[in-house]
This record gives sequence, C-alpha cells and structure tokens, in this order.
Amino acid sequence: MKSPVLTPPAAAPRTDAPQRMAEGFLKLSAKGLSDLSRKSLWSLSETELLAAQAYFKKEGRDPTWAEMETVAQYWSEHCRHKTFNSPIAYSDNGRTRRIKSLFAETVAKATKELKKPWCLSTFKDNAGIVSFGKSGKWALALKAETHNHPCALEPYGGAATGLGGVVRDVLAAGLGAKPVLATDVFCFGRPDDRGPLPEGALPPLSGLLSAVAGVGDYGNRLGIPLAGGGLWFEDGYRLTPLVFAGCAGILPRWAVGKKALPGDLIVAAGGRTGKDGIHGATFSSAELDGSAHAAVQIGHAINEKKLLDALLRARDEKLYRFVTDCGAGGFSCAVTELAQAAGGARVDLEKAPLKAGDLEPWEIWLSESQERVVLAVPPSSLRALEKVFAAASCEIAVLGEITRGGRITVEYGAARVADLSLDFLENGLPRAERKAVWKTPKAAKAAKPSFKSGAGTRCADILAQALAHPNVCSRESVVRRYDYEVQAGTVIKPLQGVKHDGPGDACVIWPRAAVGESEGFSGFALAHGLNPSYGKIDPYWMAMACVDEALRNLVCVGADISQTALLDNFCWGSPDNPEVLGSLVRAALGCYDAAKGFEAPFVSGKDSLFNEAKDASGKNVAAPGTLLITAAAPVRDVRKSVTMDVKAPGNPLYLAGWTSADLAGSLCAEILGAQGAGLPRVEPKTALKGFRAVLAAMDKGLVLSAHDLSEGGLAVAAAEMAFSGEFGLRLDLDAIACKGVIYSPEFLLFSESPSRILLEVPADREAEFVRAAKSAPALRCVGRTIANPVLKVKGLDGLSVMEEPIAALKSHWQKTLSEALS
Amino acid sequence: MKAPRILILRAPGVNCDVETAAALKFVGGAPEPATMADVRAGRVRILDYAMAVFPGGFSYGDDLGAGKILAVQIRGYLKDLRHFVRQKRPVLGVCNGFQALVKAGLLPFGSGEPTAGFAANDSGRFEARWVHLRLNTQSPSLFFRGLPEMIELPVAHGEGKLVLKTPRQLEDLKKNHSIAMQYVSDDGKLAGYPANPNGSVFNIAALSNPEGNCLGLMPHPERFTDIHHHPNWTRQTFFKHCAGLEIFRNAVDYCRS
Repeated sequence: MKSPVLTPPAAAPRTDAPQRMAEGFLKLSAKGLSDLSRKSLWSLSETELLAAQAYFKKEGRDPTWAEMETVAQYWSEHCRHKTFNSPIAYSDNGRTRRIKSLFAETVAKATKELKKPWCLSTFKDNAGIVSFGKSGKWALALKAETHNHPCALEPYGGAATGLGGVVRDVLAAGLGAKPVLATDVFCFGRPDDRGPLPEGALPPLSGLLSAVAGVGDYGNRLGIPLAGGGLWFEDGYRLTPLVFAGCAGILPRWAVGKKALPGDLIVAAGGRTGKDGIHGATFSSAELDGSAHAAVQIGHAINEKKLLDALLRARDEKLYRFVTDCGAGGFSCAVTELAQAAGGARVDLEKAPLKAGDLEPWEIWLSESQERVVLAVPPSSLRALEKVFAAASCEIAVLGEITRGGRITVEYGAARVADLSLDFLENGLPRAERKAVWKTPKAAKAAKPSFKSGAGTRCADILAQALAHPNVCSRESVVRRYDYEVQAGTVIKPLQGVKHDGPGDACVIWPRAAVGESEGFSGFALAHGLNPSYGKIDPYWMAMACVDEALRNLVCVGADISQTALLDNFCWGSPDNPEVLGSLVRAALGCYDAAKGFEAPFVSGKDSLFNEAKDASGKNVAAPGTLLITAAAPVRDVRKSVTMDVKAPGNPLYLAGWTSADLAGSLCAEILGAQGAGLPRVEPKTALKGFRAVLAAMDKGLVLSAHDLSEGGLAVAAAEMAFSGEFGLRLDLDAIACKGVIYSPEFLLFSESPSRILLEVPADREAEFVRAAKSAPALRCVGRTIANPVLKVKGLDGLSVMEEPIAALKSHWQKTLSEALS
Repeated sequence: MKAPRILILRAPGVNCDVETAAALKFVGGAPEPATMADVRAGRVRILDYAMAVFPGGFSYGDDLGAGKILAVQIRGYLKDLRHFVRQKRPVLGVCNGFQALVKAGLLPFGSGEPTAGFAANDSGRFEARWVHLRLNTQSPSLFFRGLPEMIELPVAHGEGKLVLKTPRQLEDLKKNHSIAMQYVSDDGKLAGYPANPNGSVFNIAALSNPEGNCLGLMPHPERFTDIHHHPNWTRQTFFKHCAGLEIFRNAVDYCRS
C-alpha cells in the first residue's frame, strides 16, 4: 500500500476543530515520516520519528499536530542536548573509544567529583546556583545563553530577546533570583569585511551594530547593569555570528529549592502570547537559509521589567511553589517541565491571554512570545498573587492544574489538543550513536614558527598593530552604550584608569541594594575566557586556555578563586559531521581536565550546534568551534579589589608565571601572516599555585595593579597598564622567567603563554610582597613604572628594543572600533 | 527623632528605585515605594509625605519620549504635587524623574506648563559615563548645602539634552539661579563632548525651582553613595565627599528641621 502524504496545517484562521489529527501518521513509512518532519520544521531524525510512531501505535491512535509539535520541541537539540547526552564513538588519532554521554563524562563529571559544598544547584534548574556572602542567607544564580540563530537573521531583536531570555532564566532559578549583572559576548565577522554575501545575510558590521543596539535598548530598560562581556572578530563568523548573553542574580538561600504539588494551579504570568517565535527551538537545529523569520521572537523590555518586579515580590510573600520560564518551545516546554517535576498537568489553552486573534491552539502551545513564566500556585494563594501582579500592571491567567496522572493533557475549551505520557516524553527519545573523529592537525605539531626573529618587522610595529587589532582594541564605544552602573553595585567597572577608559579584566559587583547591609562588603566578580584561534589548532588546549583566562581575569581583580563557578557555552557546527563532533568532544575533554585541575566546577551550561550557513557560492560553512567560559567567584571584601591601571612611578613590576615560545594561534603570528608554533599549554596545578600566591599578596594590600596577559602577550598587557594609568613602564626582557631558551624579543614580548599576570607592587613594600607571594612559580621583577610617559623595552643584549610614547600606543588602541562604529 | 517619610514614586519601567531608597535610608530617611497606580486609586496621598522622589529609569518604556507619559500622569493624577512644592517640601527628580518633572511643568518654574524639554543626545546614542559638574554657588537649592563647587557623578541616558523654547528663557534661568549644575571639564570649564555628554544648552545638568526645594538632575546621585562607587577609588586613598550621598543627606536633614 502506498503510504499517505501529509502536509502540515497552513497558517489559516482558527478553525472550530482545533485538535486536527495527523491522520494516517501511523501508516507512514520512514521516508514519509522524514518528509513530514522536514515540511513541518520538526527537525526530528528518522529513528526519533519511528519511536514517536511506535508510541502512538501503542496509544492506538494518530497523534494530533500539537502532540507531534510537543514531541519535536521537547526532543529538540535545543531542549534536550541530544549530542551531549547520546553515545558517541570517538576516535582520537585512530584510537576509538565509546562515550556514553559526553555531558555526564566531562563537564558534569568534574562537578560531581569536585563535590563542592557551596554548589547548591547544578545543571538541573534554569541556572546554576552557588552560595553567596558570609551569613549563609544568600545564593547567587548564574547562567549564560546563546541566541545565535535568531541573531543571524535579525540581530537587533535576536540580541535583545537573547538577553531577555537569560535574565528570565535567572529570574526563574530556584523560586526566583534578582538579576544584578548582565553580560554579553559577540563573535562577528571583521568590522571592515566587505566581501560577497549570500542573499539575506547581513554585513558583519551592520549585524554587530544592530546586536549592540538591541542589547542596549533592552538591557538598559531592564535596569540590570551590563558590566561584562567581550567581542571577537573573525572571518569565520561572517555568516554565522555568535551572540552570548549572561546573567547573575541574587536569591535568598531558602528560595533555592522548588516543588510543585498536585492540586496546584498552573499560572501563566507576564506578556501575552502571540505568533512570534514559533518553531524557535527546532529551527535552531536547522541550517540557515533565510526562510525562517517568523521563528524570531519580538521582545518588550518593560513587560519583562514588570514581570521581574511582580515575581520577586510574590516570591518574598511565598505565593507560589514553582517557577519556570517560557523560553524555547514556549508553553509546550515550560508546562511539560513543570509537569515532569510534579507528576502531571492539565491545561486549557483557551485561558491563555493572547495578543493576536488568529492563533491555532498548537500555535498558542508553541509560541515563544517573550516575557512569560509559568508558576505553580497553591489555590489559597491565588487571590494574593493576583493582587501583587495587578500592582505591577502585569497580567496573570490560570491555565490549569498539577495532576498526578503522569500525563500532560492539553485542552482548548472542550477539545483535546494533546494528551501525552510524561514518561514517553522524558525517556522515549532514542539515543542514536554518533561518530566523532579527531586528528591532530599539522599546525599543532609544528616545532618552529614560520617566521624568524627580527624578520623585517620591528617589535614596535607589531605592538602598534596588536593594539589596533579588532580583538584587542578599546571596547569603550560599545561599553558606554550599556548602563553598567544601574543598581549602584558596580564597584570595579569595565572601564578603568585615570580617564575611565582602560580595559578592565573583570567586573566586581557589590550587590548591597539586593542583599542589604548584613553582608558587609561581600561581592562577586565575573569574567570570561574565549579564544577560537587556539581552537582551530586544538580545541582541547583552547578549553584549557579559556578556563585559565577566565580565572586569571578573576585573580586580577582580587576574587577568591577557590570558590570559582564555571559556565560553559559550546557553539559548534553540525554534530552530524564526525570531524566537527570530534573537535567538540576534544573541547569537552579539555573542560573536564581544566575544571578538575583548577578545582572549579561547572554549574550550568548550554550548547548551540548547527551554527552553519551557506556562503555566496552555496557552500556550507560552519562557524569556528567556539567555547565561551564564564567564571564567577566571590570577592570577600570589595574594598580590596584591584584594577589594571598603574598607580604611580617608581614601583617595581613583577611578572608571575612561566613564559615559553607559545605562538601558535597567537595574535603576533596572525599579524605577521605566519604560522606560529607551540600552542599555549596550561598546567592547572602550577597555574593555581601562582594565582593563590598573587591573591595572598593582594589580600595584604601589596598589589597596586594587576593585568592578565592574553592576546598580544606581555607587550599588550604592559602597554594597556601604562596608558590607562598614565605613567611609563620600563621592561627588561632578560629578567623574564623562561621555559627553554628564547633569544627573540618578539617571542618574549608577544608569546601567549597562559597563567601569567603582570603586577605593580608598592616600592616601599617590595620585600613584603616577595615574602607574601613567594610560592608563585616563576615570579620575577621584570621592570618598573616610570614618570616618563613611554613604554621602554630593553632586550636580551641590553640594547633598546623599543621606546614608544604611551599616548601613541593609546591612540592605536582607541581608534579601530570607535572609527568602525561611528 | 522620627525618620521622615519619603515617597518613592514608581511607574512601570522605573529601575533606579531600589538604590535610591537605599541611599535615603543610609542618611536616616524612611523611603516608601509606591506606584502611579496607587496614586490613581487614591491609596497614596502625596501630602502625607515629607519628601517625594522620582527615580530614574524608563517610565512606561519612554515610548513617547523620555518621561512623557509619566509627566501626563503627574499632571492628571498628582495635582497635589504643585501644592506640595509650594509648601517647601523637598522634591527630587533623577534622570527620567527629572525629565518627567520638566515635562509636567514643575521645573524649572512651577507654572504647570512645560517650558523646557529634552532631545536625544548629540552623539545619537545612549551613553554611560562619569562627568564633572559645577554647582551654582548662588543656587538656593536645599540639596547642595556643604557641597564643594566641583563634584563628580555618573550619567547614563540617551535623551538628556536639555532644550529651551526661546533664548530668553536661558536669561530667566540665569536670573533666578535655576541652573543648579553644569557639565564641565575636569578643570571646571564649560566644554563640549564628552565633558558635556549630551549637548545640553549652556551645559545644563540640573535645574532647581527658584525657591530651591525642587531639584531635577540628569546625573545619578544614588550611584555615588560610597567611595567605592567612584571609578577611580583604587587610585585615591580618600574622598572628601560622596557627592550623591550628601545630596540625599541634605534633603533628609531639611525634612527633619
């Protein structure tokens, strides 16, 4: 018998029969199922479709469209992280082994093994939760998200709702946290890119400008300081930009747990439901072809602000028992999650407040309209809840109730829209084994860089280019568009130094307004690590370097890294490609080793895969495998925080950490158009020893300024410290502690060896500093601050390598982005 | 002595209310947040309070212009505010609150008719930065007692350029000492961008009514209530004044006297 052909329902006006059945579904062949899935934008694989078919055979009926949509949403890569939870046959340079679950065997394993008592909730809630402050009364919720696919199509709305989404994740962590910090990280094509683009793709610069405006317009209205983040420019992102948003929030310790009970009312709160964002969750598993604009959500910041105000008020009055946000998949995922946590649910979609009249029930169920959360409310609290939300001019509606049946039942008036077993949704997803292949590329094996010392380009020229490079230059013209001081808690700001324009390593938040006076000067710092250039050579060492970078940024402001919580964000291409998946596995393995080595557990994370698009010639191009590490750690006393600008002339400069000839993937190699050699290899144990020693000295007030060495190495760090503090620096390359013999001043100045920090020490307390920091490996005095406003470098032969006025260095550093964005 | 009751008036989108209330509490005030909805419903009567504050933010999303809808609400539902001002009770509008007070005609003169307005920053974008401000030494403002002539505060806004209907109005403002603060360079001179972050006429950053009890300012005093709020606290060992905190202290002290 010929299998019937089904077509998805057209976006027609609402019918009287909202429960349209996918008739003939049970009889479809595997190919027929796949065709249907593709036409319906379900992004389900053949095995998954067959599993769904088998389930409905058991139920003895065809599914409704809403049911298949629910399955597609709930089983989407976006919601279930199939790649990270499915078995993988991983071949590492020919040696094959089987990974049962990448998530359980890497990031989550480290957390489990480290068993930190201050981790209050990891990986299970909308955000990770760690303890905060000294009284034991408070906790900190942390989350970082990506919103890549929407931002490729509509960067303004995509970046805005990306921020709105991560803020809601924190707002719905535990029983609700008050957001006190937001961050954003953008990876875009180079701002000067004028190359050919496929139809519908935006030039990188206009995409970046829209994304910045979107985050600014949305974040500023929410009143959450946007004080952290970063920018990375690279050709690999020109068609598939990556947009990350992060958020940290404060909640009382008692609000960390949540549990809905049978009989509780299911209440939708916040914005109304409309047609925007249908299929967002499944669309993020599709390669971009410019046809999916309706899948992007439309944000409204003031609705989110009203929701935020009302929800926190209701939390403090203990009016609900459970909250989860409506993100990807809308009600279909949020209500199902709530049902999973409580044992069952029944909802009537006719009760949902709508902002458009022509929604089919399945569209109400799936819509990703923004600024909505779902609550479980004891019936006795409903009146009080209504009052609190009315006072904030925020709408709520009772959709249904928590049941015991182990099923999710969705109605629209009298019509049955969906009725599914929760066990099937949770455990019915078949896990197909994927193949992953990793072969160490030649670039990782190169013994010597392809350029020679002093080959025509002077150090001063390289430094000028490094400072002007888009990945190093001043971010001031972006940072100032964000309100980074609202809530009056940003005590270490993203811009530092005499003129308030130097590049800070991390921000420090003192959430006094959120926690009151009881916590004294307790705060926290948050920093990032990201370097896709290393990942192109070896994602394992990229992961290590990213964690190391995030931690040393925290050290630079004086955070207590013994309590560092990490967040991972993996952005890769299609995991169906074994080489792409191999590189992802390699990065995840690096995350495990880094977390274990630095004793810093991951508390939450997210992966965004299928970051691919067709270029102007129709070729499929994947974004570079990119890992963003976000790290947060407590600052026990914000009054002891340190900034990166040098403070006075005549002070000794100490470099902590070993320098090797690490130039693979380095900025210097890129500037010289050459291939580097020696990828930075982090040794967590050695690094940690150095970081702890530096912190011990900081705690005694023996460090006046500290700056981390990253892209561009010692030269860039020294230049930034000098021009931000408006004093000169003298460096003596002969004093640097090297691993191996390095003769070249370029190598010494621009090597990107990890775990290094440059410190300014008060001249009159130098001996005390050396005693306090004596356990730091390779700690050497490498120079001095000077009144003469120049950066002077003395080479190994005692002759001058460069002497550049800091004003000139600063002008190189300041012009790139401000000119591109003006 | 009993702490004076201070009304913190909120509308949807106002987002600086918590830290503003915290600042008032530090200096001995008893801040009480209330919404415009409370006012409309008659649950809150402004005349029951010793002082009123309109904090910063994006009231009603600023969808019709900064502070515009809040201004309409004030004119329609907070009619007692003019009486409140005439009774010499302190009124403070910060950023969006300042914009609303101007658009409601409470500042610079309490005529009830708006005589000034705000335009988008000359830079064309939202900007956050610390600015140097020169206080008008002849200002009758009760908020300025004991403050030095030069202070620093942060601004963060996209629509902070004060504009006047006619050039003559500027003369009126000068004559009445209504110009309370001006944006200046670090050596105290009237200067252009970035010292003047928005292009305000005559570098005006704050306006006071001629009686000195109603102050509106674009900079955020609630963001400088501790030395660690200053962007350069790691460079300097002490500050004589947390200018923001002093502004609140003056108002609360005045309420008590």
